[in-house]
Amino acid sequence: MAVLECKALSKQYREIAALDAIDLSLEAGQIIGLLGPNGSGKTTLIKLANGLIKPTSGQILIEGMAPCVETKAKVAYLPDRNFLPEYMSTAQLLDYYQDFFVDFDRKRAIDMLTNLGLDVSKRLKELSRGTREKVQLILTMSRNAHIYLLDEPIAGVDPAARDYILRAIISNYSPDSLVLISTHLITDIESVLDDVIFLKQGHMVLHESADDLRERTGKSVDGLFREVFAC
Amino acid sequence: MPWEFAEGSPIWRQIVARIKAAVAGGRLAPGEKVASVRDLAMEAGVNPNTMQRALAQLEQEGILHTERTSGRYVTENVEILEGLRRQLASEVIAELYHQLHALGIDDNQIVTMVSTWKDEN
Repeated sequence: MAVLECKALSKQYREIAALDAIDLSLEAGQIIGLLGPNGSGKTTLIKLANGLIKPTSGQILIEGMAPCVETKAKVAYLPDRNFLPEYMSTAQLLDYYQDFFVDFDRKRAIDMLTNLGLDVSKRLKELSRGTREKVQLILTMSRNAHIYLLDEPIAGVDPAARDYILRAIISNYSPDSLVLISTHLITDIESVLDDVIFLKQGHMVLHESADDLRERTGKSVDGLFREVFAC
Repeated sequence: MPWEFAEGSPIWRQIVARIKAAVAGGRLAPGEKVASVRDLAMEAGVNPNTMQRALAQLEQEGILHTERTSGRYVTENVEILEGLRRQLASEVIAELYHQLHALGIDDNQIVTMVSTWKDEN
């Protein structure tokens, strides 16, 4: 069964179509790249999957259900901005996540934080941008969710932090869950992806296995992306 | 450091080639245990499904084999290992041959030049 399904999904903001008639069906056990330039509809799609916004027409289904309280319990979401209270320490955030999410695996989070060598008593605002992104990712990935929606997890961090984040995503891979990663930084991420989805001005222009795409075109995903989105 | 991959060729094929070269060159010894899919995927910086696909291909070619309970191992079959070495050697030779041809050197000259080079070095 599809874990995430879109049926003629559209989202209109006044006269602008942020997403236009998207048909998509994604299975568990995959890491999928949602790729497109700024303004192509990536964040809109992720927010729809979260139930943060409603479709103008069409449907988005999480395990067959429209987004609601029940589906939110199955979806772990990493927004593309700082979303946690800055005055909180990582130690406090562990409690906070445990209170909010029944599927939060505290031990997994602590293991990953220990690996990182992080002082958990430090407040978020005392951490560097890269470290803060890592903490946010660790908290998100430490939920035993069915779907992980990661909106631009590697934007704005240095290459070493990117490497760390990608490894964290690989190490948390599970055949029972779907990971959807939105990004416009493709080179760094393409070896981590099963499938790639190209979004262009609200339209889905491609959905294919990354390796099939390389074989068919003789190009990297990044190379093809630059062609499709050349200005 | 993640493994380096060339553009425009499937990553699983590149992993297959890389592991074959390691086995042929003895960096992965006959009978040696191979790391788990997850650990290898982490080391390489690739998707676990991609790594799984590469290892499945290597198993199909008999270069790796799975023991039901204990994991995956490099073959100890001498014929397979010798065949692998020949296959990889012939690919290197093919490339050399085509490059020398592209320089306008004919077949007889190639043989002479290779053996002269060996004597001189």
